[in-house]
Amino acid sequence: MNPLVTLSGPAAPFLIDNVNTDMIAPMYRPAQAGVLRGLAVKREDLAGMLFAGLRYDTQDRELPDFVLNRPAFRNAHFLLGGSNFGCGSSRDTAALMLSAFGIRCVIAPSFGEIFRDNCFNAGMLPLVLAREIVTALAAEAQDGSSFFLDVAGGTLRSPGGRVVALEVPTFRREQLLAGADEIALTLQRKPEIVAYQDRERAAHPWVYLPQRQNC
Amino acid sequence: MSDRVSSQARTLFEKVWDRHVVADYGGGFALMHVDRLIVPDLSSRSLNKLRERGIGLARPELVFGVADHAITTDPDSADPHGLANPFVANLREQAKHFGLTMLEPSEPGHGIMHVIAPELGITLPGLTLCCSDSHSCTNGALGALAWGIGGGELTHILATQTSVQRKPKTMRIRLDGRLPAGTHAKDLILHLIGEIGVAAGNGYAVEYAGSAIGALPMEARFTVCNMSVEFGARFGMIAPDDTTLAYVAGRPYAPGGALWDAAVADWRGLASDPEARFDHDVPVDVTGLTPQVTWGNNPAAVLPVDGHIPDPTHEGNAARRQEMEAALAYMDLTPGRPIQGTPVDWVFIGSCTNSRISDLRAAAAIVKGRKVAQHVHAWVVPGSSGVKQQAEAEGLDAVFRASGFEWRQPGCSMCVGANGDVVPRGQRCVSTSNRNFVGRQGPGSRTHLASPVLAAASACAGAIADPRKFM
Repeated sequence: MNPLVTLSGPAAPFLIDNVNTDMIAPMYRPAQAGVLRGLAVKREDLAGMLFAGLRYDTQDRELPDFVLNRPAFRNAHFLLGGSNFGCGSSRDTAALMLSAFGIRCVIAPSFGEIFRDNCFNAGMLPLVLAREIVTALAAEAQDGSSFFLDVAGGTLRSPGGRVVALEVPTFRREQLLAGADEIALTLQRKPEIVAYQDRERAAHPWVYLPQRQNC
Repeated sequence: MSDRVSSQARTLFEKVWDRHVVADYGGGFALMHVDRLIVPDLSSRSLNKLRERGIGLARPELVFGVADHAITTDPDSADPHGLANPFVANLREQAKHFGLTMLEPSEPGHGIMHVIAPELGITLPGLTLCCSDSHSCTNGALGALAWGIGGGELTHILATQTSVQRKPKTMRIRLDGRLPAGTHAKDLILHLIGEIGVAAGNGYAVEYAGSAIGALPMEARFTVCNMSVEFGARFGMIAPDDTTLAYVAGRPYAPGGALWDAAVADWRGLASDPEARFDHDVPVDVTGLTPQVTWGNNPAAVLPVDGHIPDPTHEGNAARRQEMEAALAYMDLTPGRPIQGTPVDWVFIGSCTNSRISDLRAAAAIVKGRKVAQHVHAWVVPGSSGVKQQAEAEGLDAVFRASGFEWRQPGCSMCVGANGDVVPRGQRCVSTSNRNFVGRQGPGSRTHLASPVLAAASACAGAIADPRKFM
C-alpha cells in the first residue's frame, strides 16, 4: 500500500447525499448491459469505470457536464461529497476506482461505514467534516484550484488559505502514514490469535466444529 | 479474553463483541476474531492475491466458498454449475488449492450465502461471521455478530482469521404491536427505514427487540436484519430465543448431543441484560401497518401501497427536493398520482431478503388460481437448493408455473444482475430485493421494493397492486 502523507490537487465538488457504491462503482458502463466478464482488473479499467453511469452515455461518450469530465477536475485528487457518501454495497472497487482515478481523499459530512473502512484499507482518507465546511470548501474548489492535505501534520488547507484540523483516529492515521501491510502486521500477532482460539475452543467448542454433523 | 466476569449490564451486541476481542488497539479499535468467513464468487480474486503472496489460509475449516452472485439461474443453462463461469471456476480452483469448503452448485446446500449460511447451521448464535457482502447483517437474526467487508479486508481475514474493527455505538429498535393481515416483515423494515431515514444507523450496531420481533418466525427475522445496512447499520441483531433455537436445532453444521446442550445454555445468556443501556432507543408501533412499496431510488423513499406519489414542490429542503425530482424522473412517475395501478413489466421474487420457503409460500397463496398479466415477465428465484427442493415437494413450483411465473435455479440473480439477469433499460420491476438504486437491476432499470405478496399481486394485476385485495 502506498503511504498517504501529503496530497495536493483539485477537489471535485459532488455534493449529493446518499451517493451509493453502485453509483461510484457500477457493474457496467451504460453502453454495456451484459455479464461481468472476468477477474483481472487493470488500474486504467478501474479508473475508467468510476461513476460510469454518470460519466458516459449509452454510446460510451463522455457526458461533458459530469464533474469529473470537466477540465478543472479531470485530475482531481480530492472529492467533496454529500452525507452518507459510499452507502450500500460493500464492493471495495468503489474505493479502488476512486484511487485509480487519482482521488485519495474524499471529504463528506458522513460516510457509509463499509466504504469508509475500504478507503483506509486502500490507502485513502475518508475525511468527515461538518456540512457547512464541506459546502464552503466546494465554493473554493470550483475553478480547480489545489487543496493541500498533510496527514502527519493533521491539516487540510483550502486554496483560499482556510486550514481545517483533521480528526482521524490514531490507528487509521498511522495506517495511512506507514502505508503498512496490514496482513503482515497482523500475522506478527499469530501467537496471540492462536492463544485466543485455544481459549475459545475450550470455552465454546461448538464454534470450532464446523464439520457437518447430521447429514 | 473469553467472557470476562463483569458486574456491568451488557447488551447482546456487547456480549458477543467482548467475546471476540483478540487484542485491544485503543481508541475503540480492536482486533476481532472471525469465526466464520464466507467468500462469494465475485470475491474469489482475494484468494488469488493471497496465493500470489504465498500466504496460506489461517483456518480453512472456518471458510466457505459460495457461488451465488455470478452463477446462472437459467433453468435451461448449458452450464448450470458454472464450470466455465470465470468467477465460479476460479473460486472452485482456489478452494481446492487452499482447502476451504466450496458449497458446490451441483450439491445440496447451494444457494445465496445469507440464505444457506443459516440454513446449513454455518451461522450460529454468538458467533462472528464476515462476508464480502453488505447484507452479511442478515445473519445477525440468529444472534450472531455478522458484518460486511470489502475485498481487501476479506484477504486480511483469509490470512489471519481476524479483522480490525471500531466498536460502534448501540441502538435498540423496539417494535411492538401486531402485524396486520397482508403485511410482512418486509413492510415492517421498509416502513422503519422510511421513518428513520437511510443514514440513521450509521455508527450503530442495532438490536431489534419488542413483541413484534418476538412474534416473527425465524425467516421473517432474516428479512428484517437483512435491511439493517439499508439504513446504515453495519450490524443488525436479534437475541436468541425459543424460535431461534428451534430453527438452529438439527442443521447440518450445528452442534449435536452434549455440545448442543452446552451451546444452548450459552446462547440463552446472550440476550441483553434488563438493565443494559443503549446509546439510542427507537420505539416503533407496528399496529396499523399497511403493505409498503418504494417509489424512489433509496429504500427510504417508501409509501403505503394505497398512498400517492409524493410531490417535490411540497418539500421545503432544496437538496431533498432535487433528490426527489431526480428520482421521479428516473422512475418515470407523476407526483400526486396513486402508486397503485402503476403498470409493471417485471416481477422478481428472490434475493437474500425474500427468497426463503415462507416467502414462496406466501407468494404462491396469492398467485394460486390466477394468471400473471400477459405483458409481465415474472420470476421466482429460490434462495437455495434446499428452498427449491422444499417448494417443489409442496407443489409451489407448479402453482407458480401454472400462473405464468418462471421457476429458476437458486442465486442472487436480478437483485444485482451480476450474472446477467437484468431488467432491461426503461422497464419497471416490482422486486422483493433490498436496493432500488439507480441501475441496480441493470442500467436504466426501475425498481420498486416490496414484500413477496405485493410482488405476486402486482404480477397478476400487471400493475402495482395491494396484496390485501388478493387474499
